[in-house]
Parts: sequence; structure tokens; C-alpha cells
Amino acid sequence: MIGNARGNEQKMSGRMIADKTVKYILFISAILSIVIVLAIAFFIFRESVQAWTEIGFTDILFGGIWRPGQDQYGILAMIVGSVAVTVGAIVLGVPLAIGSAIFLGEIAPKWVQAILRPAVQLLAGIPSVVYGLFGMVVLVPIIRQINVPGNSGYGLLAASIVLAVMILPTITSIAEDAIRAVPDSYRSGSLALGATRWQTITQVVLPAGKSGIIAAIILGIGRALGETMAMIMVIGNSVIFPKPLNANPLTLFLSQARTLTGNIAVEISYATGVHESALFATGVVLFALIIVVNVSARWLVNRQSSIQTTRQ
Amino acid sequence: MNTKLETIDYNLYYGNFHALADISVKFPEKQVTALIGPSGSGKSTFLRTFNRMNDLIAGTKYTGEVLIDGIDLFKIDPVALRQNIGMVFQKPNPFPKSIFENVAYGPRVTGMHDHKKLEEIVESSLRSAALWDEVKDDLGKSGLALSGGQQQRLCIARALAVHPTVILMDEPAASLDPIATLKIEDLIHSLSVNYTIVIVTHNMQQAGRVSDYTAFFYTDETRTGRLIEFGETQTIFTNPKDKRTEDYITGRFG
Ligand SMILES: Nc1ncnc2c1ncn2[C@@H]1O[C@H](COP(=O)(O)OP(=O)(O)OP(=O)(O)O)[C@@H](O)[C@H]1O
Ligand SMILES: [Mg+2]
Repeated sequence: MIGNARGNEQKMSGRMIADKTVKYILFISAILSIVIVLAIAFFIFRESVQAWTEIGFTDILFGGIWRPGQDQYGILAMIVGSVAVTVGAIVLGVPLAIGSAIFLGEIAPKWVQAILRPAVQLLAGIPSVVYGLFGMVVLVPIIRQINVPGNSGYGLLAASIVLAVMILPTITSIAEDAIRAVPDSYRSGSLALGATRWQTITQVVLPAGKSGIIAAIILGIGRALGETMAMIMVIGNSVIFPKPLNANPLTLFLSQARTLTGNIAVEISYATGVHESALFATGVVLFALIIVVNVSARWLVNRQSSIQTTRQ
Repeated sequence: MNTKLETIDYNLYYGNFHALADISVKFPEKQVTALIGPSGSGKSTFLRTFNRMNDLIAGTKYTGEVLIDGIDLFKIDPVALRQNIGMVFQKPNPFPKSIFENVAYGPRVTGMHDHKKLEEIVESSLRSAALWDEVKDDLGKSGLALSGGQQQRLCIARALAVHPTVILMDEPAASLDPIATLKIEDLIHSLSVNYTIVIVTHNMQQAGRVSDYTAFFYTDETRTGRLIEFGETQTIFTNPKDKRTEDYITGRFG
């Protein structure tokens, strides 16, 4: 009996060691990923210091002219370009993505889901250069048909559409997960009260899944801000402030632009000195922009959920 | 006494599985009817027939007739039907919204938007569900922040707010402690003045305490549920006609 008990004890401690080891490994991986992120941030920042000190903070952030040959390094036009194309992609892509998520999670019969879900996931696996190619070969020629002087087909509209399609799978699949995570008891509760299926979706399911849906949109925004290759291929890359081509303000979207990411990718191969450092400064701004988006999103989610639990 | 709900030769199938066979029964108006019987005998399935929640399960088929106030229930639009027949579930399922919004939900989705009227409905429903005094100062609090028993009464208030005439309850006290259970039973008692109530319960004492009528469901190896006996609760409990009813009530199986 005693021997047996000791055997058990030894087995227990063996299991405890395994348990501890796993914990230890997980802890190290977590620390490691944080360290890597911090190291990258530090590296980018260090490389950008020269630009910040020699050109100046405001001249970089709010300078309207980027002309490395004449030592002008204002990136405002690129900030506007990145924000504009992201807003365009969100406006076009989010309704479509949320609509698809609702359809997949709530409405589609099983066999339709079985076809559509892998199709959407496949969309996420297509390399961005392929999207860019599609934009160049299909979209740009179509947009060029719009008869406005100065319209090359390349520009914000083409870029927004391509980007909308690119963020679609990310937003759709995460939003669908959020919708499917809403307990069925909420749905039956609502239907049993005489609500229609649509009322149940809009007034119970979507509010209950709100934080997940917002998270999905944020991830989409992050992806949009970071997208490089496809943007370079369809946005035109002129370093100009996007502005309407004629009196109609909507022609703004036919304007060419350049994104922060595109700026780095296009010029880094030949840049040296301050120019190179200014490109790292562009990276820092991009980094900051993404952090701002994430923090405000988290704040929004927290505020919403505290309303859900406390306000009338 | 008027008949509120009636089934005639009612059969239900989940796909090929014959879940309920040949059920003919009449539930009187403004009385409490208990559905009892062993697990898997089809009580919940039968209950869900009346507000057509079975329609939501893919592959269900039925034969026979189901009537409410003498009208074919399957000819009524299910959304309208469910406003007339409320349901309380085994596990309390308030929405992740405030207490006020939980109760106002039903009236809202059926087109009531006048805030003054909504306030009145919320108060009277919470009063009828014996919850008003406990929550009247916290109507903005989340329904999920209440205790299990309070949540279940909130769900009852929510059902009452759409002014149904029938309330279906599927083991409404199964997840509650004895004191919360007693409160629900008192509530069922007081609601039976105005509503026709059908309640599924596994608790024989509870069936005895709250119901006027009892229906005993049973199933054998075929797993098909059948109605064995229906009658006044007192008769069923003291003088059952069927041996299986007697065995079940005295706790010999089930
Ligand atoms: N959605 C469903 N699909 C297929 N079969 C089902 C479904 N729901 C219930 N059944 C089957 O129908 C039969 C009756 O189930 P039901 O839930 O109505 O029984 P019950 O009397 O309420 O049991 P319990 O007392 O355990 O709640 C069971 O054999 C069950 O497995
Ligand atoms: Mg049941």
C-alpha cells in the first residue's frame, strides 16, 4: 500500500514537472514575442532619429512636400493617402463583410455554408500581388473609362476597391465567429417573444456579438493600413495631395495618391542618409497610426460593454 | 371549462425518428397543466409544438391537428402565434441588455415605441412577475447581473410584457435553489388566474403543488413518446388508472 502511494506521488510529481515545463515554455514564448515587437519598434525608431532631429518633427508630419532631391521630407500627403484609401476600403468593404458574416452565420443553409466558408478563407490566402494584378488588369482599365480629364484609372478608387476585397475575408470570418459565439438561447428567447428572424439578428445577435465584430473591423483597418504591394500597383504613387480632378468633389477618388507603406517600399532600395532615415520616420508614423486605431478600438469596445451592463 | 389548447392524433418526427405518437388531449383555459414523464418521453418536444419552436429544427414533420381556441395553430403566422403564447426556458436566458430593455424587448419588436407606455408595461410586467420591488431602483442594471431566480422571473416578466394568453414553461425551476423555486411556484399559482399555463417538470411534488391537470408521457424501447394518462392532478396522483403512471409517480422508475 505504502509503495503504491509513493508510486502515485512520483507520478504526480512527474506530471507536475511536465505542467511546470509547459507553463515555462509558454511564458518564454510570450515574453519572446513581446521582446521581438519591442526590438523592431526600437530599431525603426533608432533609424528614424536622424530624420526627426535634422528635419524636425512638424516638418515631417505636417510638411506637404516630399522631394528628397531638395531635402524636403513632408509626409502629410502620404498620411492623407493612407487614411483616405483605408476609409474608402472600410466604407466599401465593411458592409459587405458584415453582411456576408450575417449570411454565413445566421441565414445560409448548411450546404451553402460548406461552400462559402472555404471560399472566403481562400480569398484570405491569395497573395497581395495577385490582387494588385487584378486591380491593374481589370479595375484600372474600367475606371479609366470614366471621362474626367486627368483620370488615369490609377488612384484612390481602384485602391479602395482592391483593398475592400482584401480585407473582406478577415472581417467576414472573425465577425462570423463572433456571431456564431452568441448563445442560441438568446435567439430562441427572442423568437419565442414574437420577434422576427431579422429583428432577432439586428437587436439581439449583433449587439451581443458587438465587441467581436468591432474587433474584426479593427483588424481589417490594421490590414488596410499595412497593405503595401497591391497599393503600389494600383494607386499611382504620385506624391501629391489627393484632390478632386474637377468641380465634382467625388472625383477626389480618381486622384492618384501614395500610401505610407508605398513610400517606404518604393524608395528604400536607393535611399541613403537623411532620406533613408525619413523613410524610417514614415514607418514610425505608420506604427503610431496602427497603435492609435487599436487603442481607440479597445476603448470603444470597453465603453460599449459597460453600457450594456449598466445603462438603461 | 373552455378548452384553450387541443391536439388531435398529433404525431411528430425528427427526420425519420418518430418522437411523439397519436397524442389527443385538451388543456383547459386558465388552468395549470403539468407535463410529467421520464427523460426522453417527449415533454419538451410536445411543449414546443404550441409555439412552433419545433419549426426551427430542421427536418421536423408532423401529422394531426393542433388547435388554439379551436383554430388550427399551423395556419397562424408563427410570429403572431408566439406573441400569444409565451415561453420560459429551463435555463434563464435574459438578453445581455438592461432589465428595462429585457422587458421592453417584446413590446418593442411588435411595434410599441411610446416610451411612457413602455415604462408602464415594464412596471406592470415586473410586478406580475413578483420582481418589481427587488429591481425598481436598478432598471438600468444588466439582466445578467441578477441572481438565477431573479433572472428567471425577469424572463417571465419579459414573456408577460407581450400580453400572451398562454405561457409554456420547460422545467423553469430546474436550475434554481429551493427558495427561488418556491417563489416561481407561487408566481405560477398567481398567474394561473389570468393565463393558461403548461409546465414541464421532473419534480413530482412540484407538479402536485402547482398544477390543476397532469399529463403523463412515457416511452418504451422504441423511444417514441406517448401520452399515457391525462386528468386532474389530484386524480392522477391519488388514483392513476395506468400501472406505469403509478410506478412513475411513486418513484419506481424514471
Ligand atoms: N432537435 C432534435 N433532433 C432530433 N431528436 C430530438 C431533438 N430534440 C429531441 N429529440 C429526441 O426526441 C425525444 C424527446 O425529447 P424531449 O427533449 O422532448 O424529451 P423530454 O421528455 O423533454 O426529456 P427531458 O425530460 O430529458 O427534458 C428524445 O428521444 C430526443 O432524443
Ligand atoms: Mg425536456
